[in-house]
Amino acid sequence: MCDTCGCGSDGEAVLRKPGEGGGHCHASDHDHHHHHGASGTRKVEMEQDVLHENNLLAERNRGFFEAKRILTLNFLSSPGSGKTALLEKTIPLLKEMVPVAVIEGDQQTTSDADRIDALGVPVIQVNTGTGCHLDARMINRAVRELPLQDCSLLCIENVGNLVCPAMFDLGEAMKIVVISVTEGDDKPLKYPYMFHEADVCILNKTDLLPYVDFDASKCRENAMRVSHGLEWFELSVKTGEGVEEWVAWLEKRLPER
Amino acid sequence: MSIALSIVEAVDAKARQEGAGAISEITLVVGRLVGIEPEALRFCFPAAAKGSLAEDASLVIDEREGRGVCSSCGAGFPVLFYLAECPECRSLAVQVVSGNEFLIESITIEEGE
Repeated sequence: MCDTCGCGSDGEAVLRKPGEGGGHCHASDHDHHHHHGASGTRKVEMEQDVLHENNLLAERNRGFFEAKRILTLNFLSSPGSGKTALLEKTIPLLKEMVPVAVIEGDQQTTSDADRIDALGVPVIQVNTGTGCHLDARMINRAVRELPLQDCSLLCIENVGNLVCPAMFDLGEAMKIVVISVTEGDDKPLKYPYMFHEADVCILNKTDLLPYVDFDASKCRENAMRVSHGLEWFELSVKTGEGVEEWVAWLEKRLPER
Repeated sequence: MSIALSIVEAVDAKARQEGAGAISEITLVVGRLVGIEPEALRFCFPAAAKGSLAEDASLVIDEREGRGVCSSCGAGFPVLFYLAECPECRSLAVQVVSGNEFLIESITIEEGE
């Protein structure tokens, strides 16, 4: 899907922690060594899924999370829908119950990680460079840098984008898509792949509903059309309205300690 | 672009394993439901393949139509998305039977020494 957006390879991703300068980059480890001198052609059957490598690594991540009983959530949305703000609101309400850690994905900067760091939970920023999504390899690397406890909650905030991140399984237990009322209520139909993959949809910024042409029930209906089993929440991170229902729902899914 | 790169990485690895000197053709199967634009893929491919065994390979893309079968009445029909309505009985219990493939089917390699 990202073929049109010009995003780069996984090898460019840089992991960073708040308060630490620089960061380190792992270059792609395969060389391009040529053997010349052809002496005939031959067809080799492959029948291999294009996302095979990512899917294998995602399953490895999933196995790790399940073994350690870490509930892993993948938060997805367009830029500016309020993913970071939602985490800032949600984490303080849960962190007394369960250890929480966060992986932040953005093309550049550690500004989101700095916001999470202020909450006092471990966080690592993955800068994807020109990449427009997180992939399973980045998560695999990032979890090694995080002090992850058994029976905990891991929140992954994906790069703001409703297209490519839908294709890349990270090994998460659930995909949570956030949409805000300043976007269009037809968004689930415009980006059906994302909504089809999602387990939960959160409509944010409901405090702005009186000021915008956004039909919340129509949006919900559109989302349900592409994903029948979707859990739906309407809330305002700013005023706190509706946040309680979302947190109560999530609380029931936390691993028992 | 990262899709194109992962294709190049996979075929390059396979060709090396087979002792190939170069890849002359790559055949992909792309279902209409997976959200991949074959044109976009073709556009990115040369850049992604640069410096690999697939550098001069031609890309053959076998596009598969989306097809669904209704679990209620058994009718078969074309679908444009994973969720569809049966045109016969309006049921939403539709199984997608094709169009969700995204595979590297085969490569044609030039034997190395």
